[in-house]
Amino acid sequence: MVLYSLTFYLFSSVAVLSALMVISAKNPVHSVLFLILSFVNASGLFVLLGAEFLAMILVVVYVGAVAVLFLFVVMMLDINFVKLREGFLQYLPFGALLGIVLVIELGILFLTDRSSNIYNNQTPLQPIINEVENTKMIGQILYTEYFYLFQICGIILLVAMIGSITLTLRDKGGVKRQNINSQNTVDASIAIEKKKVKLGEGI
Amino acid sequence: MITLEHYLFLGAIIFTLGVLGIFLNKKNLIIILMSIELILLSVNINFIAFSAYINDISGQIFAMLTLTVAAAEAAIGLAILVVFFRNLGSIEVNKINQLKG
Repeated sequence: MVLYSLTFYLFSSVAVLSALMVISAKNPVHSVLFLILSFVNASGLFVLLGAEFLAMILVVVYVGAVAVLFLFVVMMLDINFVKLREGFLQYLPFGALLGIVLVIELGILFLTDRSSNIYNNQTPLQPIINEVENTKMIGQILYTEYFYLFQICGIILLVAMIGSITLTLRDKGGVKRQNINSQNTVDASIAIEKKKVKLGEGI
Repeated sequence: MITLEHYLFLGAIIFTLGVLGIFLNKKNLIIILMSIELILLSVNINFIAFSAYINDISGQIFAMLTLTVAAAEAAIGLAILVVFFRNLGSIEVNKINQLKG
């Protein structure tokens, strides 16, 4: 139990600190790397909660795909990042005020009397580790009860893929492309031209 | 003893940091997108913490849906960012005023 608490505090403190570094790092490349650290620690927390499948998905999807995409874009674009940070201190008081208000409001939620809440009686002392594997449980419910949700997820990803391709695709001028339709509709009247060549002259 | 409140408070802190990131880096579109990712991560932490403590697997299904939407959002957002940079040579948010909205 002590080990569980220690692991929780380790993962959560590193996650929070790296999240802080994401928004305050000078170089966006460092920001992306701290974002990766934050995600890895969050996936450790998911393992603690008994959601191994989601933890692995988080590492694969976020660290492997999204964060690398961010890194790729940050490194590909030639941006003057120093100029972009000009307003940082200007917005700091307002942002800090907003953050404090948000934390206080969310803290009030936890400090209030929860004796009447629904989940209070059901809350176990620790996350329940089930007999059935986590992945199996998700599979059993995802493909039956939430099947339409699963399909809609696929459609969302398809739309995102097509959208980002159409957004970034650009036609370069001067590229000769094959037009199969015009090739197939060629007949003798288009392809052959008859000319009368005068004697002693060229065309 | 780690209770549900610990996880909820962690989610709250990360959510606040994400919102703060949007306000502090008002000019840098990339950091704003990363802050949105942080916000979605905090939502995921809440979903999975509730799922584990109430012992209902549905929370993890919804966390997967959040993950899908976050990935789609990041892809589209970065594509728009690249197109925007190509057209204007900058990613400053206050220069995005071409629609005159």
